Amino acid sequence: MAGAAGPGTGPVAAGGDGDDSLYPIAVLIDELRNEDVQLRLNSIKKLSTIALALGVERTRTELLPFLTDTIYDEDEVLLALAEQLGNFTGLVGGPDFAHCLLPPLESLATVEETVVRDKAVESLRQISQEHTPIALEAHFVPLVKRLASGDWFTSRTSACGLFSVCYPRASNAVKAEIRQHFRSLCSDDTPMVRRAAASKLGEFAKVLELDSVKSEIVPLFTNLASDEQDSVRLLAVEACVSIAQLLSQEDLEALVMPTLRQAAEDKSWRVRYMVADKFSELQKAVGPKITLNDLIPAFQNLLKDCEAEVRAAAAHKVKELCENLPPEGRETIIMNQILPFIKELVSDTNQHVKSALASVIMGLSTILGKENTIEHLLPLFLAQLKDECPEVRLNIISNLDCVNEVIGIRQLSQSLLPAIVELAEDAKWRVRLAIIEYMPLLAGQLGVQFFDEKLNSLCMAWLVDHVYAIREAATNNLMKLVKKFGTEWAQNTIVPKVLVMASDPNYLHRMTTLFCINALSEACGQEITTKQMLPIVLKMAGDQVANVRFNVAKSLQKIGPILDTDALQEEVKPILQKLGQDEDVDVKYFAQEALSAVAQRLRKLDFPAKDSEEPSAPGADKNHFLRPRGPGEDTGKFVPLMSRHTQSERLGWFPRRQ
Amino acid sequence: MSSSSPPVGAASAAISASEKVDGFTRKSVRKAQRQKRSQGSSQFRSQGSQAELHPLPQLKDATSNEQQELFCQKLQQCCILFDFMDSVSDLKSKEIKRATLNELVEYVSTNRGVIVESAYSDIVKMISANIFRTLPPSDNPDFDPEEDEPTLEASWPHIQLVYEFFLRFLESPDFQPSIAKRYIDQKFVQQLLELFDSEDPRERDFLKTVLHRIYGKFLGLRAFIRKQINNIFLRFIYETEHFNGVAELLEILGSIINGFALPLKAEHKQFLMKVLIPMHTAKGLALFHAQLAYCVVQFLEKDTTLTEPVIRGLLKFWPKTCSQKEVMFLGEIEEILDVIEPTQFKKIEEPLFKQISKCVSSSHFQVAERALYFWNNEYILSLIEENIDKILPIMFGSLYKISKEHWNPTIVALVYNVLKTLMEMNGKLFDDLTGSYKAERQREKKKELEREELWKKLEELKLKKALEKQNSAYNMHSILSNTSDE
Repeated sequence: MAGAAGPGTGPVAAGGDGDDSLYPIAVLIDELRNEDVQLRLNSIKKLSTIALALGVERTRTELLPFLTDTIYDEDEVLLALAEQLGNFTGLVGGPDFAHCLLPPLESLATVEETVVRDKAVESLRQISQEHTPIALEAHFVPLVKRLASGDWFTSRTSACGLFSVCYPRASNAVKAEIRQHFRSLCSDDTPMVRRAAASKLGEFAKVLELDSVKSEIVPLFTNLASDEQDSVRLLAVEACVSIAQLLSQEDLEALVMPTLRQAAEDKSWRVRYMVADKFSELQKAVGPKITLNDLIPAFQNLLKDCEAEVRAAAAHKVKELCENLPPEGRETIIMNQILPFIKELVSDTNQHVKSALASVIMGLSTILGKENTIEHLLPLFLAQLKDECPEVRLNIISNLDCVNEVIGIRQLSQSLLPAIVELAEDAKWRVRLAIIEYMPLLAGQLGVQFFDEKLNSLCMAWLVDHVYAIREAATNNLMKLVKKFGTEWAQNTIVPKVLVMASDPNYLHRMTTLFCINALSEACGQEITTKQMLPIVLKMAGDQVANVRFNVAKSLQKIGPILDTDALQEEVKPILQKLGQDEDVDVKYFAQEALSAVAQRLRKLDFPAKDSEEPSAPGADKNHFLRPRGPGEDTGKFVPLMSRHTQSERLGWFPRRQ
Repeated sequence: MSSSSPPVGAASAAISASEKVDGFTRKSVRKAQRQKRSQGSSQFRSQGSQAELHPLPQLKDATSNEQQELFCQKLQQCCILFDFMDSVSDLKSKEIKRATLNELVEYVSTNRGVIVESAYSDIVKMISANIFRTLPPSDNPDFDPEEDEPTLEASWPHIQLVYEFFLRFLESPDFQPSIAKRYIDQKFVQQLLELFDSEDPRERDFLKTVLHRIYGKFLGLRAFIRKQINNIFLRFIYETEHFNGVAELLEILGSIINGFALPLKAEHKQFLMKVLIPMHTAKGLALFHAQLAYCVVQFLEKDTTLTEPVIRGLLKFWPKTCSQKEVMFLGEIEEILDVIEPTQFKKIEEPLFKQISKCVSSSHFQVAERALYFWNNEYILSLIEENIDKILPIMFGSLYKISKEHWNPTIVALVYNVLKTLMEMNGKLFDDLTGSYKAERQREKKKELEREELWKKLEELKLKKALEKQNSAYNMHSILSNTSDE
C-alpha cells in the first residue's frame, strides 16, 4: 500500500513537519499505555497512520524500537500489531530496510497464544519475500535459526513455518543448515513442535531439490507417519499428497507407498479418517497405476471401516474417486470393485454415513450411463428414498437433476412421491424448507397433472405451517409454480384456496392470504387481481387485528401498479383513507405510505391531481426505513407483540443447527 | 464389521410423530435417547472371529505348584477381547472372562506372595491388551460436558474389573516397582495418559487413582509424567480445546504440587505461569475450575513471591464477555487473597482493585454481587483497611456511580454497606473524594475530547502525506506514460 514511498520521498516528508512531527509518537505512547484495551487496540490499528506521519526514518529509529520493547499486552493488541507489521515494509523505507521489522515480529512469534503467533509467522513470511538475498541471509535466516533453537516450544513451532520461504533463495551452505534445523524439529520431543513440522513438511518438500527430498524428506516423512501420537501421524498423511507429486512412479512405490498403506490401516481412526478425507488428492498425486493397485483396495477397507466417521468420510469421496479414474476400464472397476461396497453402505447403521453417500451417489449415474443406472443404481436410490432418516432422503431429492439427465425422472416418480410427502411433513422445519425449495423443479419435471394430483395439497398445507419461514417459503413457491403452469391454472387451483383463508379464525393465516396475494398478483395479471383478489383485500381492511390491517395497506401499495385507475380511485383510495385514520399508529403509518404511492401512480396515469390534502409530506419518505416499528410505541397492544413474534420465530431458532 | 455404532435413525423416527411441536424435539427427549447409548472402541477391527473361551480350573483348587502356572494362563486368557456393541455374541465367553477377572482380583488381593517376578510381564500384558485402545470418535460432535450425558464405555463390565485388578496389583504389599519398571515404562504411561480423554467418568476416576499410584511408586517416571501432562494441557489450551480428563489430571497435580520441594524449580514455575494460568482461558473452565484454583493456591502457599505474576496473569486473561467465568475468577481471587501476604498485597493492589472496581459495577448482578462479597471477608477487609489510601480512590468512582444507578436493588444495598465500611475506614478521604467526584468526571470527559482531537489531527497529517505522495506518484506516472507514448 505504501510501497510507492521509496527512499527518495522519505526524508523530504519527514523533514518538513517541524514540531508537528513530535506529536504522533507522543499520542501513540500515551494511547498504548492507556488502561482501556480498546484504546490500545485502536492506536495499534492506526499504526500505519502514525508511521506515515513520522516518516520512514523515525519509524525505524523510534517507533519500531518502542514497539519491540513494549511487547507485553493483551493478545488482541498483539494480534493487531502482528498483522500491521506485515504491511510495514513501505513505511520503514522499502525492501532495503525490511529487516528492521524482524525484531518485533520475532518476539511476537514466541508468544503463547497461537493466533498471535500464526499471524506473526504470516507477516514474517510476507516480509521475507521483500528481503534481498543478502539481507535474507544476514537477517532473516539467523532469525529462523534462533527461533528453531528456542527454549520454549512456541518459538520452535513458529520456526517450522519459515523454512520454506527462505530456503529457495539461500546459498548452498545455508541451505544445508536450514535442512538440518528442520530435521531436528521433526524429531523434537514436544508433540506440538512435531505437529507443526509435520504440517509444514509438504510445503518444505516442494522447495527442496529432488535429491534432498529423497534422501531427507522421505525419512522424516516415514518417521512422522509412525509417530507415537496419532495427531502427528495424521498430519503426515497430508504431507504425503505434496511429496507424492514430486516423485517418479518408481520412487513413489519404493519410498512412499509402504507408509501410505500403513496409514490407511492405522490403529487410530483419526489417521484413517485423514486418509479417507484426503483421498481424492492422494489419488491424483499417485497417479492411475498405483491407484488401481493400492488405493482402490484401501478405499474398500475405508468404506467398511469399523468407525462411522471413517466410513462417512470415504462415502463422501465415492463420486470424486470414480470421476478421477482413467476413462478406459472405469466402468468395470466401478461395477466390480466399488459398487458392491456402496450397496452395503446404503443400509449402513449410521445415518451420517448414509447421508454422506446419498449426497454423492446420484453423481454416479452420469459416469455409469443409462443402463447401469437403471439396473444397479436405481434400486439404491429407491432404497435411500425410503430411508428412515430424513437427511438421506433429502440428499437424494436434492440431487435428482443428475438422474434426470440420464434416465428421466418418471422412472423415479412412483417412489419419489411417498418420500416427498414424508419430508413435507418432517418434524424439522429446515427439512420442510429444503423440500419446498425443490418443488418448482419437481413440478417442472413431473408435469401439471401429476402435480395437481399429488403435490398440490402439500403446497397449500405449507401455507398454514406454524413456522413463519415455511409459510414465507410456501408463498414464494406458489409464485414460482404460477410462473411455470400459467394463470389459468392459478385461477382454478391456487387462488380460490388462498382466498378462503382470508376468513380463517387465525390471524396469521389471514395474513398469509395477504402475503400470497402480494406474491401472486403480478404473475396472475390485472384481471384476476382486480376481480378476485382485490375485493378480499379490501374486505380485510375491517379486520380486528391491527397486524392484518396494516398488511392490507402494504398489500394495496404492492398490488397498486397492477390495478387500473378506476379500481384505484374508486375502491383502493377510500379504504386507504379510512385506514389512514386508524387508531393504531402502525396501520396509520402504512396506510399513509400506501396512499402516497397510489396518488403518485394516479398522477402518472395522467389523472387530475386533486388530492392536495394527501399527507404526502416530504418527510414521510425519508422516514420510511428509519422509523422504528413495533416495540415500545404502543401500550400492550397486539401490534408490538406480533412484530416481535415473527422476528423471534426466525431469529430465535436460527443459530441452532437442526 | 459395521456394527460398532448404534442405529440412530430408528429412534429419531419413532419420536418425530409425537414430538412435532415445532420441529424441535425437546431436549429432554433427545437426551433420554443419548443416555442409552454407549460406545465401543476401535480395537476389534483387526481381530477376526473370536476364539471361544473354555473355563479353566479355579485357582483355589490348584496345588501351590500349579497355581502360578494357572495364574498366568488365566492372565493370558483375559487378553482376548470381546465386542460389547454386539450384546448377543459370545455370551458364554464373555461370562467366563468376567468370572476369571473377578477371580484374579480376588487372588491378588487376598493372597500374599503370588505376585512373583515372572508374573509381571503377563500382568502388564493383560492390562495393556484390555485398556489401551484408540478412543472412538464422540457420538455427539458438539458434546457439552456440562449439559449432555457422557457416552459410556460399552465394554465396562470387563474393563472395570481390569482396572480393579490393576489397582490391587499396584497396591499389593508384594508389588515391587524395581521389577515393574521394566514393563510400566514411559510408553505405558503415555498410553495411560491418552485414556484420560475417555468420555466415561467411571473410567477417568479409575485412571486418576492408577496414575496417582504410579506417580507415587515410580520415581523415575515422575518428570516424564509431569512433562506429558504439560503437553496434554498445552494442546488442550492452544490446539484442540477439548480433553475430557482435565479435571482429573489437575486433581493429581494438586497433590503433586503439594509435595514439591522448596525452593521451587524453574520447571515448576514455568508450568504455573505458562500452563496453569493460560488454562483459565479455556471455554469449559467451569468443569475444572475448582481443581485449577486449588493448584494455583497450592503454588502460592509454597512460594509467596509468585503472587504478583499469578495475579497479573489472571488479570490479563480476565473474561470480557462471559459473566459465569468472571464469577469463577472472582472466586479464585478471593481464595488467593485468603492466603496472600500483606507485602505481596501491596504489589498488586492497584491493578487488582481496578479490576474489582469494574466487576463491582458490572451490570450482571451475579458478578457485582460476587465482587461485593469480598467485603464480607475479614482478612480482605483488614488488607483494605491497611491500604485504604490507595484503594479507596480506585473504588470510589464506581461504587458511587452504582449506588445511584444500578438496576438491581440487592446490589445497591450491598454497595451502600461497602461505602459505609469504607467511610468508616477513612472519613476524611471519603469526604474529599465525594467532593471532587464531579470535577473528576468532568476532567475525564475533557480528556476524552482531547483524545479525539489528537486522532483527528493525526488523520489530517496522514491525509496530507498521502496527498503529497499521490502527487509525486502521479507526476512519476505521467512522466512514465509520456515516455511510453513516444
